[in-house]
Amino acid sequence: MALTLYPSEFRIERDQERCIACQVCVRQCANDCHIYDAEDDSVSTDESRCVGCHRCATLCPTGAITIRETSMHFRTNANWSARALKDVYKQAETGGVLLTGMGCDRPYPTYFDRILLNASQVTNPSIDPLREPMELRTFLGSKPDRIELDYSGGDIRLATNLGPQLVLETPILFSAMSYGSISYNACWALARAAKAAGTFYNTGEGGLHSDFYEYGENTIAQVASGRFGVHADYLDVAAALEIKIGQGAKPGIGGHLPGEKVSEQISQTRMIPVGTDALSPAPHHDIYSIEDLRQLIFALKEATRYSKPVGVKIAAVHNVAPIASGIVRAGADIVAIDGLRGGTGAAPTIIRDNVGIPIELAIAAVDNRLRDEGIRHRASVIAAGGFRNSADIIKAIALGADAVYVATGALVAMGCHLCQKCYTGKCNWGIATQDPYLTKRLNPNIAERRLTNLLRGWSLEIKEMLGGMGINAIESLRGNREHLRGVGMTEGELKILGIKSAGEAW
Amino acid sequence: MKRIHVHEEYCIGCRLCEIHCLVQHSKSKKILKAFKEEIPRAVARVSVQEHGYLSFALQCRHCEEAPCLEACITGAMHRDRKTEAVLYDEEKCVGCWMCIMVCPFGVIKRDLNSKRVASKCDLCMGEEMPVCVRNCPNEALTFEEGIGT
Repeated sequence: MALTLYPSEFRIERDQERCIACQVCVRQCANDCHIYDAEDDSVSTDESRCVGCHRCATLCPTGAITIRETSMHFRTNANWSARALKDVYKQAETGGVLLTGMGCDRPYPTYFDRILLNASQVTNPSIDPLREPMELRTFLGSKPDRIELDYSGGDIRLATNLGPQLVLETPILFSAMSYGSISYNACWALARAAKAAGTFYNTGEGGLHSDFYEYGENTIAQVASGRFGVHADYLDVAAALEIKIGQGAKPGIGGHLPGEKVSEQISQTRMIPVGTDALSPAPHHDIYSIEDLRQLIFALKEATRYSKPVGVKIAAVHNVAPIASGIVRAGADIVAIDGLRGGTGAAPTIIRDNVGIPIELAIAAVDNRLRDEGIRHRASVIAAGGFRNSADIIKAIALGADAVYVATGALVAMGCHLCQKCYTGKCNWGIATQDPYLTKRLNPNIAERRLTNLLRGWSLEIKEMLGGMGINAIESLRGNREHLRGVGMTEGELKILGIKSAGEAW
Repeated sequence: MKRIHVHEEYCIGCRLCEIHCLVQHSKSKKILKAFKEEIPRAVARVSVQEHGYLSFALQCRHCEEAPCLEACITGAMHRDRKTEAVLYDEEKCVGCWMCIMVCPFGVIKRDLNSKRVASKCDLCMGEEMPVCVRNCPNEALTFEEGIGT
């Protein structure tokens, strides 16, 4: 075999003064980077396979291990970066499409970092959320054109029939991650945390394991191009349905769950034979127009007797606004938009890093378009793709989203270190794997606790920020871009976002 | 009484319980000293059993009807009145190893560093929680009331 030109990405530094050769690192590394030598009772390392997941360093009882990015430098070249060179070396060796996991990691501008929030001073009072009620409850679903009230009999009653709504106690949902791309325990933890926090998680395109039917009231069931695991019970048990057209990490690309991950349980859930590749086609083969989409939306509504909202998820692409408009007109109750930084279990690196647009611009563009056309109320907008903290979430809502989908953040809460190797199936944290030796590393009790803590912490922070702005309900912030100001942005970017520059006042 | 409960479905086989148990029962109770300087090295009273994907940490179950108590000829093995834990008294042990022979779980070991003394889990008396439980990274060991598994 010819010598590889692809250098190690990481350097494993083992402090021999601290190493007690206890072999915890040896047992924890699914990539076999640590090797125990019984003859001289010592542990050595082979860093060529290190993915930088920090599992060994985190569990080392003496803190003997430090993982560093390799310090080898190529001659500085503004055009041919180390990454560009390594990609060519790898491709020249494999001749294949380079794969990766998680969301785009390229340094495109993160507009959230260029948007600042407002706060009340003197002329309008801020609100202390610890002393006064603060409403984060969010309703997702189609709202009527107008509301009629019935005053007869002394009581005031709502005479208008409202369409089905999802009620969220906080405007944060767990984004679609399929059973297959993540482990049973990870799915279970998400379902339990969604239930505990009064919100929803999304099955992704992998169907719903029958064990999780008890969390149906907190489940959004996805219907994707592969139609895996879609059957009457699946549609019935979920609180809402979502037709997946696209994904932020790989717009225009289908999915591929390798056969080795299709275990007995996954085969049952997805309704495919054990060991066969689960291929999701790039398009839905029955949807080639908005009219076709309308047919599927109403087929699902008919199948569930108009009892639950039906949403459509698309990737944020260049013409996202008119596409979203078409989706709303096709009868969707919820439009989910997944931005450039949305994650994935596996995608071609070149697609992940070069296709789509940032979610911030997409939210503003879609909200504007739907408002201009007078149809914003007919569907709720869920934004997805790269929300790192509560400030990102509140900015997204102020830009015009009703709620946000969080997946990468949820995985990180469960232990993910963003090594981007989900596609290898060797997740050392027990999340993106089906290997029974690795999946038990994710204790769903711990994961549920950490997820609920995250949602609680973010919700408390959102309340603090809302209070500071003098607002006592998240509904009053939606699309309220007067509370946002931009720094370091061009005129064009400010215009699309519909926000003023910092320093600009009324 | 509070016992150590084993949740084998979450045991990841890292053996951190063994490492911390060894340290707790070393002279210095310091991890680097216990492993690098203390000779002979202390003995862990918990051991991880593995078979295929299954693994779990096993230590003295502190049985309600403990065969080791009946077998002990000197009364070195005794039940602690306060905690109901099965403990042993090094001073009284004569090294007949009957406790090892009768233990149905095989969790009593010879302490090879001494001629007489048997080595078994003492629930880390004096600690709020046994160190194996406190240091289990995946909560595969819990310290709770009841018999448990």
